[in-house]
Amino acid sequence: MSEQLLSDVTVFVLAVLVGFEVIGKVPSTLHTPLMSGTNAIHGVVLVGAVLIASTADDALSYVLAFVAVAFAAMNVTGGYVVTDRMLGMFRRRRDPVPVKEQRP
Amino acid sequence: MSDFDAGVRLVYLAAAVCFVVGLHLMGSPTSARRGNLLSAAGMAAAVLATFAVVAHEGTITNTGTIVLVLALLVGGAAGLVTARRVQMTAMPQLVSLFNAVGGGAAALVALDDFLRLSDGPGVPTRTGVATALDVGIGALTFAGSLVATGKLQGVVTGRPVVFPGARALNAALLLVAVAAGVVVVADDNVPLLLLLLAVGLVLGVTLVLPIGGADMPVVISLLNACTGTVVAMAGFVLENPVLIIAGALVGASGAILTVLMAQAMNRPIRNIVLGGFGGGGSVEVVASSSGLPVREVTADDVAMQLAYAEKVLIVPGYGLAAAQAQHEVSELAELLEARGTDVAYAIHPVAGRMPGHMNVLLAEADVPYPQLKEMDEVNPEFARTDVALVVGANDVTNPAARRAGTAISGMPILDVDQARSVIVIKRSMGHGYADIENELYTDPRTGMFFTDAKAGLATLVQSVKTLVG
Repeated sequence: MSEQLLSDVTVFVLAVLVGFEVIGKVPSTLHTPLMSGTNAIHGVVLVGAVLIASTADDALSYVLAFVAVAFAAMNVTGGYVVTDRMLGMFRRRRDPVPVKEQRP
Repeated sequence: MSDFDAGVRLVYLAAAVCFVVGLHLMGSPTSARRGNLLSAAGMAAAVLATFAVVAHEGTITNTGTIVLVLALLVGGAAGLVTARRVQMTAMPQLVSLFNAVGGGAAALVALDDFLRLSDGPGVPTRTGVATALDVGIGALTFAGSLVATGKLQGVVTGRPVVFPGARALNAALLLVAVAAGVVVVADDNVPLLLLLLAVGLVLGVTLVLPIGGADMPVVISLLNACTGTVVAMAGFVLENPVLIIAGALVGASGAILTVLMAQAMNRPIRNIVLGGFGGGGSVEVVASSSGLPVREVTADDVAMQLAYAEKVLIVPGYGLAAAQAQHEVSELAELLEARGTDVAYAIHPVAGRMPGHMNVLLAEADVPYPQLKEMDEVNPEFARTDVALVVGANDVTNPAARRAGTAISGMPILDVDQARSVIVIKRSMGHGYADIENELYTDPRTGMFFTDAKAGLATLVQSVKTLVG
């Protein structure tokens, strides 16, 4: 097992544990935005898609790179925008309703 | 390692920190939006650093640059437009669609890398393993998520599609996939990798088709976790740490979320994945199948009860989401509140189409956040409630869940039957996805108002206004 692989596996395992911990504390109200938010994060595959585009040099690899980059870009932008829309709806109403001035 | 490489690695590390801290901030309603923005900032940094790498290495051809820019524009615009325009009720299928393209992209990245390596220096075993997993699961996720999107959108039937020998077929396909994967790793075999890709696509369809529409949220959550894992595998293929970290984070979070959703629905994940459960909730039954009498009420009866109640609890469910009646219910609640009635919403953890979906819909309709009460908080209040108004919710209100031996035994429910009187707005006596009779509907204190949620609530608003001038 190479050093690179060993360090990659270490990072992977620790990231899985961090994921379990971070998510475990989220109230169910926020599960849908959270699912959408994590969905946006796996759009990071755009980084990989851009890297394969940088080495593409024949028709097949151009096609593969185009589809991969377009898919990943859609995942990233759409994911973050729709999550922000959902969360914006939560916050907009929290500001004008201060707890002290609630109706009797 | 040159200074440039070290700098890029540090930016990737910073991006990973943004993802983790961002997810943490998303755990509370007050900081959730900031958390998402932080995560987006990390993503922007990671992508910009990658552009810098591409420019620095200078291997990209002119055609490659054009391909890259065009793809970024096309994909980015498609994501932006759909995310901006989508109705909030159609949001689950959009998440599923984004999940499909993410999984597809990861599979293509690994496929491309494998083709390049097998053409030249040969594929190391570690890359072969990661590629086989990435391509197989990625293809499955892509096709499965598209079927899930189709089911929620109504393009593909929401009812479970079961055909004889389906399980045997899936088992055989799985065996073929594993065998092909093993040969791919051992032998750099390109045709077999393509076979693995094809089998993955077919499995995605045959595994998701037999699952009913009501279980789709759990399936999407599971597929979301799969995409995370697939992206991590792409990270192993490219030896890229930010892909590994972000993919692992999403894989873990998706797994947790899937378990939580399945628990709230009292549906073991195994049963959901094996499929063929329930009728998809679309059976039109007019009379109670147990033969017990049902009390039907009119809009004026309901309006009268509501107008003179001191405390009203609204129980919104899937039917409200499907009819897009969130604005009508909020109008009715405001009208009652203006008359001094105490109004709140009782939200079951899986009301709507996935956990928290109902909160998003009601927030869109300007319902004040403090009025949304979660199950544990609101259940003791039902006994002091004059009218519980159930709008399109079914199984989550069924008292049968408290007894052993029913399909929903043990599922946490809202104690609607404790209220002094209950009004149920529903299109028919049709069953929920558990496909059993709801005992609440035959309770003598329950009045059934048979109508579409949107039209029914609009009629109620008019009736209350007429009644009380």
